[in-house]
Amino acid sequence: MIRDRAAIVGIGETRFAKQLEASEKRLALEAILAALDDAGIAPAEVDGLASYTLESTDEVEIAKNLGLGDVTFFSQVGWGGGAGPACVGQLALAIAAGQCRVGVAWRSRKRGSGGRPWAGRQQPSVAGTWTRPFGLLRPVDEIALLARRYLHETGATRESLADVAVAVRRMANRNPRAVMHARTLSREEYLAARFVSEPLCLFDNCLETDGALACVLVGADRARDGRHPPAYIHAFAQGMPRQSHAMVNYWSDDPLAGPSWACAEALYRHSELQAADIAVAQLYDAFTPLVPLSLEGYRFCKRGEGAAFGAAGALELGGRLPINTSGGGLSEAYVHGFNLINEGVRQMRGTSTSQVEGAEACLVSGGEGVPTSALILRR
Amino acid sequence: MADGWLLPVLGEDDAPFWEGARRGELLVQQCTETGRLLFPPRARSPWAPHTEPRWVPVSGRGAVWSFAVPHPPLLEPFSGLAPYNVVVVALEEDPRVRLVGNLVARPGGALNEVDPRSIEIGARVRVHFEPVGDGIHLPRWIRDP
Repeated sequence: MIRDRAAIVGIGETRFAKQLEASEKRLALEAILAALDDAGIAPAEVDGLASYTLESTDEVEIAKNLGLGDVTFFSQVGWGGGAGPACVGQLALAIAAGQCRVGVAWRSRKRGSGGRPWAGRQQPSVAGTWTRPFGLLRPVDEIALLARRYLHETGATRESLADVAVAVRRMANRNPRAVMHARTLSREEYLAARFVSEPLCLFDNCLETDGALACVLVGADRARDGRHPPAYIHAFAQGMPRQSHAMVNYWSDDPLAGPSWACAEALYRHSELQAADIAVAQLYDAFTPLVPLSLEGYRFCKRGEGAAFGAAGALELGGRLPINTSGGGLSEAYVHGFNLINEGVRQMRGTSTSQVEGAEACLVSGGEGVPTSALILRR
Repeated sequence: MADGWLLPVLGEDDAPFWEGARRGELLVQQCTETGRLLFPPRARSPWAPHTEPRWVPVSGRGAVWSFAVPHPPLLEPFSGLAPYNVVVVALEEDPRVRLVGNLVARPGGALNEVDPRSIEIGARVRVHFEPVGDGIHLPRWIRDP
């Protein structure tokens, strides 16, 4: 287990917008340089790299453009939004094991202007055989089926999904970097919005964003001398439960106990801190129903109570568990969840625009519904 | 519908399902050691990985486990049908075995003929098969009173 032996000491990001001029490569380079500048570490010192298998700019491109030194650890993690915390966690383990000394994780994506992955007629893989011919085309349709079942089993209503959308939007309204900074969202607007895939409406969906983010990790000894308070990697786990399928997880015995459950089991086994000790979380929010599912999976409440947990402002600043304090994927930027990592670091530095006072630890989760990963960051 | 229906891309373990569908039979796999039914198809039984599962017919009866109603933006041919329904059906023989499909009012009926507000989780349904081109017959579901 990693147990605070590495820390994030630099974070960087580009502007976020529906459409940016620069290529994904140039955005990646900009975000990585910003993170290294934030850490006060020269590119030539970087010897570890990690990103998503879906990343379009590979390690060679990054290293040769930024003048990195000899890179001795490089890793790519699969499963889209499930990968973010794993990129950081794998670098932390590599640093703790002495495989590298300075690690950079990043994600650059033009999901705003670069097209919708589901929109091609050609199926991306045989996995679509059992879903796409029936009109289950988009991630939102796949999650809508789980959401309907969840509401049915728990007796919850769309009001609970509105709790998530409204809470996260309020976070974005305090964050000038957020795409939705200037756009408020009321419960009434949520309930009146058009459906995209019933029971999910427009505001249950994340944004479509162009942008890139990166962070820099070093060992704990060096982190203590850094420019900023370190965000220690206290615990890290990946989770792929038995007999699960990515996104279309209707074929496991219990589809509503998804990857978060398996990930949480390992995460808390590695951690001195348990859910009751965690005062702020960044939960992967490509779709609002992933939040109640993740609240249950990561043990902030019992099975079936995730929807009720979010009532009465519990997810907002001042509530039991403020989530996605920069506005998350729903309202800051959707960059496969990497903004959740950088925001977790800001919470540990005390520099969030929705700072949770006294928070000693922050949980950051990857996508529920795909093989996933999670971190517990510690101040 | 110039581009035709969105057809399945068959994996190496899938052919018997589609051959059964062409004959009007719903087939799933079964673990030869434990007897558990298995779907989607695998090369090995996860409960007895030294064995290959066998294909067995099932009754084609089940219950709606969940459903969604997609609205645009979508792909053809679905954009012209929206809003339509997508259902997950849990099989009568073992509700842990679930198939994604569509609820239609009658054999040959369109995906948007059933009023989505009338669909209920738990509703009993039975399968039939609809040819959609290239020798592919898709399982579709009608209410089973």
